Amino acid sequence: MNRRAQIRLLPDGRRLHLQDGPIDLIVEAFGAPQEIERAYRAACARFGAVLDELCEELSFLRQQSSADAAWPRGKVARRMVAAVLPYAAQYFITPMAAVAGAVAEEILAAMVSSAELSRAYVNNGGDIALSLSAGEEFVVGMVERPDRPSLVGTSTLRAANPVRGIATSGWRGRSFSLGIADAVTVLADRAAAADAAATIIANAVDLPGHPAIVRVPACELAPDSDLGDRLVTQAVGELTNAESDLALTSGTRTAELLLKLGLIRSAALCLQGDIRLVAGVGDSRTIAARVQERGLVNA
Amino acid sequence: MADDSIRCDACPVLCYIKPGRTGSCDRYGNHEGKLVRLDPHVVLDRALERGESVVPFLERSGEWDGTLIGHGEASHYEIFVTAIGAGTTYPDYKPAPFIISSQVDGVDMVTVVTEGIFSYCGVKVKIDTDRHLGAECSTVRAQGEAVGHMTTSEYGSQMLSLGGVRHLTGGSRHEGTATCEALLNLCNGKAVELKIDDGAKVVVQAGKPPLVDGTQEERMRVGCGSATIGMFAKQWFGKVDEVVVVDDHITGVLSEHQAGKLLGVRETGIKLKARRSTPGRYFQVAEPGTSWGGTDIDDPLTILGKFSAKKAWPGLRLLMVSTTGEHSSYFELGEDLKPQEKELPEDLRASVARIKENCEPALCTVLFMGGAGGSLRAGVTENPVKLTHSVRDTLTRVTCGGAPVYVWPGGGITFMADVTRMPQNAFGYVPTPALVAPIEFTLKLADYAALGGYMENVRPLSSIAEQDDGRKRLTARADNPWPLESGAKAKKR
Repeated sequence: MNRRAQIRLLPDGRRLHLQDGPIDLIVEAFGAPQEIERAYRAACARFGAVLDELCEELSFLRQQSSADAAWPRGKVARRMVAAVLPYAAQYFITPMAAVAGAVAEEILAAMVSSAELSRAYVNNGGDIALSLSAGEEFVVGMVERPDRPSLVGTSTLRAANPVRGIATSGWRGRSFSLGIADAVTVLADRAAAADAAATIIANAVDLPGHPAIVRVPACELAPDSDLGDRLVTQAVGELTNAESDLALTSGTRTAELLLKLGLIRSAALCLQGDIRLVAGVGDSRTIAARVQERGLVNA
Repeated sequence: MADDSIRCDACPVLCYIKPGRTGSCDRYGNHEGKLVRLDPHVVLDRALERGESVVPFLERSGEWDGTLIGHGEASHYEIFVTAIGAGTTYPDYKPAPFIISSQVDGVDMVTVVTEGIFSYCGVKVKIDTDRHLGAECSTVRAQGEAVGHMTTSEYGSQMLSLGGVRHLTGGSRHEGTATCEALLNLCNGKAVELKIDDGAKVVVQAGKPPLVDGTQEERMRVGCGSATIGMFAKQWFGKVDEVVVVDDHITGVLSEHQAGKLLGVRETGIKLKARRSTPGRYFQVAEPGTSWGGTDIDDPLTILGKFSAKKAWPGLRLLMVSTTGEHSSYFELGEDLKPQEKELPEDLRASVARIKENCEPALCTVLFMGGAGGSLRAGVTENPVKLTHSVRDTLTRVTCGGAPVYVWPGGGITFMADVTRMPQNAFGYVPTPALVAPIEFTLKLADYAALGGYMENVRPLSSIAEQDDGRKRLTARADNPWPLESGAKAKKR
């Protein structure tokens, strides 16, 4: 094996691209130039060891999460376990459901602990950890189909809002899903928590036994998937409005439960062009804000 | 693993990868048992041999040197960056995702690369068939939803006009998504089944023969029935007394046709049950259909009346053939002057084969048609109309995924491009629904500055080309003009 993590600045001269195996991060920090440089150096220093650490405990991280299990050693692995534990008793979930968010969180933590930044983000393939100092904000775009990214709406996250993590899950995305949602985007206080919650909600958007849904055992597609022989969604035929309503209602119920438990701040569920929003009273505008813009045409 | 999964050793995850699938990183895949690296952003590279479509397994270590600015300046125009996978900034008035400078013959050229979101777009489909697909203006459906209509017939072909803003965004959600999906699949070279109201079911795929009601169309007709008479009269002369070329449009009759007259073909007393146009040319011999020459007849004799006893004679040799040579029958008149079917003589068989041979392979061809709207143009220049003027003045060259386009005269930048000349899967979509198509504008750097371009966003080709960050190098198609070629620009029409 002759692997080197790829670390380079993108051509815009501002964003840092870190890639190692399946981990692919776009990092951007805002602040004084010397602080940005310090933050980027810290990110690079931490990044180099992340994949090796994870792989050392990979077989454990691919198993069903349980409150009784011992904690892993790695910092990223511990973030993952912490994020999925709230679901362990009720749902099938492995720490891998939070890997992308946990890595993003870890790199962000390395940056903000070593430099003075006004804002920063670490985007791990759509699972994003952010940092905002007082008075700052981020505008975040939302996609409906992760396989063909395009904005269906944006959401403005202000420093006063506790959201620091965003994640998207769906059957068209990079990871397998047990459900049929095109995308479920979740805003939560931490990236790993958002990642785990998006997985749970996307799995709940489902029509069990529907003939137009093609499901294949995960291990047939990827022999070492943490999902084993569970059926993962590979295709979803055209659904009637009533059917997509039914599936979205099931997902919405789960999202509302997670909201009530304080695990998420808001969620947007997309299925074949329909979008449902779940948000607390004060948060409704954060994600709903501009979803309606999807009706715009290019003119 | 009992199958031909391979273990990827590109990183410590060590994925087992099934054939045809990628590892957890989506960067390495198992292509026929070999580990390959797959990259999404398409860079047309004319230096590579045609046919190479994956970047070979090759690791590059691009260490960040710890500074915030700095990249090499080498520039070479052998690489053209297409807009496929470039992304788009819609709906924001922001510079296009890539504005790339490269040098051609010492002149700085700029290519503005973006993926345009086209709500005002569709495809024009030409289906090479004489079979009746449906009446003009009939609705064309995909998945039961109206996605377009039959438009005017063209020579040897039926034309469909599909998509357009009304079907994409003006109807129900299902109509919009069905239209978008049909357009996307057609543009990406996939087969799409279309049903024409009160007409045929046709499977259309760019560059492939159409499948009409389950039958694959083989050939385009050589010409209308009358034209066929003109082309083959000499070859038939002396070998047969009468030829009827059956055609839904104009059926030709040798002995009455000008070509037959010139050769001195004797009158045969033949009668056609049809409306005569000019001598030897008949309209409406039958109803349109999917049989003989695009008519609905299976027995050609049904279009003939009784032979005139004054002119016909027993033993008269009659060939009936369709415009594609796919159908043919040979008759001789009996004592009662009624045609009796006989085996086709060898020398006539050759002429029927010749008709067939002269018919080109029937294909479906798909032209994408779209208009570059305000926000797209605004991604190129601060003053969008200047881009339109620049295209009109042929200072700016427009390409679609590196393929040449025809820019429609008049206002705006409305263009057509042959989807088979673009790299695979060049198109995408957004849920609006609308199609995402690549579009590149290439012009001289000085001209770009003059039209209010985003000069601060221009970056050298080397900053794109020398990275290994998910760009896919493809060999340019030999039949496409190279987008940056100097000869390709500034030809005033």
